[in-house]
Amino acid sequence: MTQLALVIDLNVCVGCHACVTSCKQWNTSGDAGPLPDDNPYGANPTGVFFNRVQTYEVGKFPNTETIHFPKSCLHCEDAPCVPVCPTGASYKRKEDGIVLVDYDKCIGCKYCSWACPYGAREFDEHDKVMKKCTLCVDRIYDQNLPETERKPACVMACPPGARLFGDIHDPDSEVSSAIREQGGFALMPELGTQPSNHYLPRHKRKIPIHEDELVRVDSPLAKEEKKDYDEGSASLEDSASW
Amino acid sequence: MHPAFSVIFLTTLIGVGQGLFIAVFTAEYFNWIGLLNVEVDPMFYIIGGLVSLVFMAGGLLASFFHLGHPERAWRAASQWRTSWLSREVIALPAFMAIEFLYVLAHYLQFNEPTTIIIGIVGVIATFALFICTGMIYACLSFLREWASPLTIINFILFGLASGFIFATAYSAYANPAFVQTFGWFAVAFTVVVFITRSLSLSRNQKLKQKPKTTTQTAIGSHHTQVTQRSQGQMGGSYNTREFFHGKTEMFLKNMRGIFMVLVFPVPMILMGLGLSAGNPNLLLAAFVIQYVGLIAERWYFFAQVNHPQNLYYQTVS
Repeated sequence: MTQLALVIDLNVCVGCHACVTSCKQWNTSGDAGPLPDDNPYGANPTGVFFNRVQTYEVGKFPNTETIHFPKSCLHCEDAPCVPVCPTGASYKRKEDGIVLVDYDKCIGCKYCSWACPYGAREFDEHDKVMKKCTLCVDRIYDQNLPETERKPACVMACPPGARLFGDIHDPDSEVSSAIREQGGFALMPELGTQPSNHYLPRHKRKIPIHEDELVRVDSPLAKEEKKDYDEGSASLEDSASW
Repeated sequence: MHPAFSVIFLTTLIGVGQGLFIAVFTAEYFNWIGLLNVEVDPMFYIIGGLVSLVFMAGGLLASFFHLGHPERAWRAASQWRTSWLSREVIALPAFMAIEFLYVLAHYLQFNEPTTIIIGIVGVIATFALFICTGMIYACLSFLREWASPLTIINFILFGLASGFIFATAYSAYANPAFVQTFGWFAVAFTVVVFITRSLSLSRNQKLKQKPKTTTQTAIGSHHTQVTQRSQGQMGGSYNTREFFHGKTEMFLKNMRGIFMVLVFPVPMILMGLGLSAGNPNLLLAAFVIQYVGLIAERWYFFAQVNHPQNLYYQTVS
């Protein structure tokens, strides 16, 4: 069985919100209609987003570290939002494990959002239905797109490549090996929802540099004398050591 | 959680309706098995049943205001295999239908075994509905303030207490022979629910001290000091509106104080005075004051829940 999911590398995420804006752009332009933005240029802009990047500070000043934390629907394997839905509008696809809302069946009772511990669902006050991340289901199977682009919009947009997308039930997939080899973890594991999306932990990267590596043995400057230019007229090209 | 008035009115109104039906049927049943020996006009059961139906219909109407698409509400009956909300959507009109049959049977002056059988089926339907209503909240295991059998017990007992107080006032006007029976039942239910609600309040107080889910488990960083610095938005969203009550701790405490006074001692004093003086107006006042208190109780029931998603929405920026 397939379970599509995102794996987000917290060690790579720089908190640029590119995934947030590309998600919004893609999902507000689709067949399901726009995602609302109320008061976008006012004092209190509000709207529906499927994905948000939050920031946390870990440690005590001055020894603090920043964690940028993108949060969207985790497409739980045991999704608590699905069985509570009274209409069957909220469902988990058998074929790929994506949790979706049928906007034509949703009565807008909001019960599913109460049942989601992650706050992944947002109610659309204009369409009066519950909305959530679709894992870009209208994109990842689109035969008109080149195969390399059949990925969620957030994954496509992430500049440092912090977001991986794939089947976590396939042990040979990129996401599975990332989870396995880099200590991928789930959010609120104590609740037993078995989130499909995983996060790769922050860790400190250290590059061991020995002193002899700091000075190039074959540095041209070591062989040639330092040139003496007129500081006023010298350009970058004049001072380059080629 | 942000308390929704539609759900507050739904749960309190159907509670009164269910309690009132059980009260009216208790009167008939006690008469039938000989515990009571009261001369009853069928109109007593008919009007009692109809008033209960009005409460039920009021609750049902209120529930529609909770929906984004009330015109699709019929779909909500489809997932009864998994959803307690769906089960409630079936149980509520089912109970109303049985109650209507009960009223009709009395109107058509059917003999006693028939009305008794319909009544017993109605009582079963009432309890099924109470359980569905309670389980909607109690089944959400990580909303720990709700995930307790006390939630269901309190729904049942609050419904019975308010329904029987209404029945006491009603019989004081319609058939005073039942006043003492209803009155003592109402007092007993109110005393018991005072105990069970106090238990759930103290349980919820203890839960606060030992949170199961923390910011640490929410973001998977197990440092002792994790602080949110930004929630990815400045102007708020559904997440900040639906899951926070938006009031101060003081407001919450006051609300608890208000309902603990209005639901328990004040109606009991009025009941005591009304029962001893045989004054229907005092009994009606007891019902009205307790109902106002129940609205506050239900508001607090929602507001006290600290949803785990709130861990992701602690700081704007």
